[in-house]
Amino acid sequence: MAGLRLEGLRKSFGQNEILKGVDLTLADGEMLVIVGASGCGKSTLLRLVAGLETPTAGRILIDGRDVTRLDPSERDIAMVFQNYALYPHMSVFENMAYGLKIRGLPKAGIRAKVDAASALLGLDALLDRKPRQLSGGQRQRVAMGRAIVRDPKLFLFDEPLSNLDAKLRVQMRGEIRRLQRRLKVTSLYVTHDQVEAMTLGDRLLVMHQGVPVQLATPTEVFERPADTYVAGFIGSPAMNLLPGTLGRNGTAVSLEGTEVGLGTRRYALPDGHGVILGIRPEHVALDPSGREWPVEVVELLGSETLIHAGRTGAATLTLRLANGAPVGEAVRVSFPPEHLHLFDRATGLRLDPA
Amino acid sequence: MTGRFIPHAVLTLAVLLFALPIWIAIAGSTQDSAVIARGELSLIPDLAGLGVYRDVLLHGSAGAGPVWRALLVSAGMALVIALGKIALSLPSAYAVTFFRFPFRMTAFWLIFLTLMLPVEVRLIPTFQVMSNLDLINSFTGLTLPLVASATATLLFRQTFLAIPDELVEAARMDGAGPLRFLRDILIPVSGANIAALFVILFVYGWNQYLWPLLVATDPKLDTVVIGIVKMIGLDTATEWNKVMATAVLALIPPVAVVLLMQRWFVKGLTEGDK
Ligand SMILES: Nc1ncnc2c1ncn2[C@@H]1O[C@H](COP(=O)(O)OP(=O)(O)OP(=O)(O)O)[C@@H](O)[C@H]1O
Ligand SMILES: [Mg+2]
Repeated sequence: MAGLRLEGLRKSFGQNEILKGVDLTLADGEMLVIVGASGCGKSTLLRLVAGLETPTAGRILIDGRDVTRLDPSERDIAMVFQNYALYPHMSVFENMAYGLKIRGLPKAGIRAKVDAASALLGLDALLDRKPRQLSGGQRQRVAMGRAIVRDPKLFLFDEPLSNLDAKLRVQMRGEIRRLQRRLKVTSLYVTHDQVEAMTLGDRLLVMHQGVPVQLATPTEVFERPADTYVAGFIGSPAMNLLPGTLGRNGTAVSLEGTEVGLGTRRYALPDGHGVILGIRPEHVALDPSGREWPVEVVELLGSETLIHAGRTGAATLTLRLANGAPVGEAVRVSFPPEHLHLFDRATGLRLDPA
Repeated sequence: MTGRFIPHAVLTLAVLLFALPIWIAIAGSTQDSAVIARGELSLIPDLAGLGVYRDVLLHGSAGAGPVWRALLVSAGMALVIALGKIALSLPSAYAVTFFRFPFRMTAFWLIFLTLMLPVEVRLIPTFQVMSNLDLINSFTGLTLPLVASATATLLFRQTFLAIPDELVEAARMDGAGPLRFLRDILIPVSGANIAALFVILFVYGWNQYLWPLLVATDPKLDTVVIGIVKMIGLDTATEWNKVMATAVLALIPPVAVVLLMQRWFVKGLTEGDK
């Protein structure tokens, strides 16, 4: 049975079409992370599911029930907001209890649920405090608690960790993952953060200008990006994307005269077809017999070194090396065929060998 | 030293400027009316003359009834106006800020426009309406026309606009309907602003002069402000010590309200209590 199903979901604000048709099925208990550049419609998608906005077209089904026209409170959903959105005049306990109180739960039942949630989140000692007496991480926990106590069918997270400092973010990330696994609640999680995107979700949805461009496991998205947008978006530093043309009967790519072999792969496209060759910075190999690239910038990051190399007027190349590797005026590199990605230059879509 | 001296001097001067008239009223109230009329008022109160307060409170003076009654009318009027204005403008601001309905902005601008039509401007038509409703010389007639408030509506709207959207949405997801949201979230969150507004509106109501003068000719409905004016007769017989005593008495309730609500008042005006 599907936890959540979106069918042809569209949303326009006036003349602007923000979401251009989203179809999606989430299994019961699955956690889907949504990433994409700012303004691509991630929050809008979440707000449609929450019922805070009405879709222009399409349907939303939760547990098989069509909720498209229902009020947020009738959808059995809980949402965790970026700035926590705690009620400032209520104590931690009241914040968590408010939704239950409105539903008319008996006092003892509310108490039990809030106690269980606060034990789970380590909030027991803070129940009488007001939100302003809490640290950022504690507030975030209360916001989570408010979501948990309602036993919802669906959790929605809109960049819940982006207001926290780096260390706390790592900690809360782990906590959210553990909680979600334990409670087995179907979840949608919006983020900007690469690491959150890669580590949190069972699957990853990459959005670009209101269109879902790839929906797959994080590993799959990383290893087989569906197009140049995803290739450039997922992974940091971003994948090198070098324009070239197909040659040698579809077994090599020529980049401004240099030929790069594709190993055992062969593409069923005419020679001369415009392509984009993709290779991640960590996969570029130093090779004395390779082509020479002049070094422009060297970034020493402690555990690794980033080298930005390029030729005037041509594409730049980023390399990621373990520390200690010698860096001179120029680097000679080669591209190991097993790590190459090929995209169609005209459409940007991933090309697969025949 | 000079760095501190000048601001201090300016502040002291300002305090004197504000406090002196009040002190003169207090000192004057204890002295003989004839002395005051001759302009020989002493700045030192004459403790023996304190009985004048008891006198005006219970019996009033030549032109006006007992002051306790006028104080009661004033307090009642100021309270009804302040609370009525809040009760009316809070829901109006709520509607205009949080709900989408046809002619929402028209409604908002109409309210806004009435800012340009204070009571003084619409005195005659308002009197006509009250007269047609047979409300002349009644407490309702005294207060009702002053209850509508564009200022309060606008101030509440500003307060509400500052409330983060996510808070509103969190409440919606929690299942709070419009009335629940108003009662459980909006009013508590805007508490400090409501208190601040109450103080301002109470003082506004207390100080009303022109409208009460016009609509209530029955001495039973005289406010303190009217009472003071009535005491100052056109003839020379004005009992100045009684006038000043009444003025001092008229000062106490608004000052008390300001002092009592000071904490919220300052909070509401400065930080908006987020
Ligand atoms: N209520 C609205 N009215 C008009 N336009 C809106 C509204 N809400 C969002 N938009 C527009 O929709 C687009 C997508 O917004 P959305 O908030 O979904 O982006 P996002 O992907 O969440 O971005 P971010 O990562 O910055 O949060 C933006 O261009 C925004 O201006
Ligand atoms: Mg967003």
